[in-house]
Amino acid sequence: MERIPILRLGDILLVTIQVDMYDQLAMTLQDDLTNAINKTRTRGVLIDISSLEMVDSFIGRMLANISSMSRVLDAETVVVGMQPAVAITLVELGMSLAGVKTALNVEKGMRMLRGALDAESPGEDDEDS
Amino acid sequence: MQSRQEKMMKIAKTVLHPLRTEVDIVQARHLVRKWAADLKFGLVDQTKIVTAASELSRNTIVYGGGGELTLRVLENGVRTGLELTFIDKGPGIPDLKLALQDGYTTGGGLGLGLSGAKRLSNDFEIESKVGEGTRVVIRRWR
Amino acid sequence: MNGIHMHTFARLSEVVEKNESSLLETWISEQLNTASKQGILEKGELRSQCFDFLSGLKQSLSNAKSDSESIDSAFSDLKDLLASISRARAVQGFSPSETAIFIFSLKRPLFSLLQAELAGDPKTMVAEILSVSQLLDDLGLYTTEIFQKTREEVIARQNQDLLELSTPVVKLWDGVLALPLIGTLDSARTQVVMESLLQKIADTGVDVAIIDITGVPTVDTLVAQHLIKTVTAARLMGAECIISGIRPQIAQTIVHLGVNLGDVVTKASLSEAFKIAMAKTGLMVVKKSQLKA
Repeated sequence: MERIPILRLGDILLVTIQVDMYDQLAMTLQDDLTNAINKTRTRGVLIDISSLEMVDSFIGRMLANISSMSRVLDAETVVVGMQPAVAITLVELGMSLAGVKTALNVEKGMRMLRGALDAESPGEDDEDS
Repeated sequence: MQSRQEKMMKIAKTVLHPLRTEVDIVQARHLVRKWAADLKFGLVDQTKIVTAASELSRNTIVYGGGGELTLRVLENGVRTGLELTFIDKGPGIPDLKLALQDGYTTGGGLGLGLSGAKRLSNDFEIESKVGEGTRVVIRRWR
Repeated sequence: MNGIHMHTFARLSEVVEKNESSLLETWISEQLNTASKQGILEKGELRSQCFDFLSGLKQSLSNAKSDSESIDSAFSDLKDLLASISRARAVQGFSPSETAIFIFSLKRPLFSLLQAELAGDPKTMVAEILSVSQLLDDLGLYTTEIFQKTREEVIARQNQDLLELSTPVVKLWDGVLALPLIGTLDSARTQVVMESLLQKIADTGVDVAIIDITGVPTVDTLVAQHLIKTVTAARLMGAECIISGIRPQIAQTIVHLGVNLGDVVTKASLSEAFKIAMAKTGLMVVKKSQLKA
């Protein structure tokens, strides 16, 4: 069964979606991420959708689900790299994904996650340049 | 049963595509993307019709028990249009008005699919009869 | 392509095969003599176009001979070739006649050849000439259709360029873009402008974009909705939009129309919006005198 790989970068999980998102793949990703967050006790998840040329309501719901579910497991999720055409279409479709944190690219997304994590543990020296 | 509008439109190309399993949703997306790109639709327009097709394909498979997608290129004077027809012989939709409301779902229902597809298209037509099936037609014009 | 009898193409096919090179020369000189844009009609290019067409014609005629299917499929490659020639001429600024003359100028040379070849058989000669005439008429009309379509595409593209030029996106500071909109906004224009703003945001990777509508006299429901959709789309991408320059009249209209701005940040002036944008990107403007030496 095809799965989307989940990479671990320190205390952040990185998922890059580069293939056509069919429904089963999306469901599998949701499950895999839940398990991974739990297992690794990660505090942050970064989902890179810069290669996705289309996000429909199913995929949109998946992103929203992952976002809420990670929060329950005490981790933050940031979705990065949504293409302009995709964003415009999603809005027209009626999905605003209000609860989902977003950033323009992986770098900014990482900074956002780091910022949130650092805010929670101010004593650590964790500056990124 | 050709409406007067249909008679005025010159139809350039027609292709049929089965919608049975999940794989067909992805294939349908590709097919629609290719056609829209070949017809020189802008990127945003392409994305809109591909997304609408994804929603309606899913509806056909999940709620309609499978069906088929017909793609047609229409020419109406100076405008070129891409028309997609989704047909299934499933249970049909009892209350269309309700189904077209945003976010409506019967838990196993239609969610944003129908209303979303309608918003993403220039033309949207739907016929449904309980016990017989559903037919949705969407068009995007250039 | 109706009413063309397949068997008559057999004679035409022979004629073209036998006299290909002389036909080419006659056809080229026919065009050069009638062309008014002689300078622009580059001779080398014309020669290769005519050569390619005649080869394509030969092929199509032999396809039509053996292919029992349809005239259309036999001639589809030739039509594709014609389409690309026609498109090129449309883009280069030729007139429709100058483009169609490519086909129609082939009539006289072909008719002369047929007259010579079939001099002893007038009935066949007339039939042949009629079919050839119809064939060339169809191809000529096709050329004109493609020309027309291409011109329309060119105009549409020029309109698009004009639209983009008239709504420049300005970089105010690192990480801050501004889009000063001026003049009346209609739904179509707003949509185009918003799409290009979002693309600019993606390209430059800014965190904040300010849409300034100080120069916009009125805003209707559709335009207001487009603005809101743009802000939402930008948020989905990870950037933030601030709408500035909302004049009291526009504010009234928006409330009147029942448009819900939700949590879209709005500021009365561009400068206030800029201050907020700076703060969001972690920047601050400080008076030099305030800086300790």
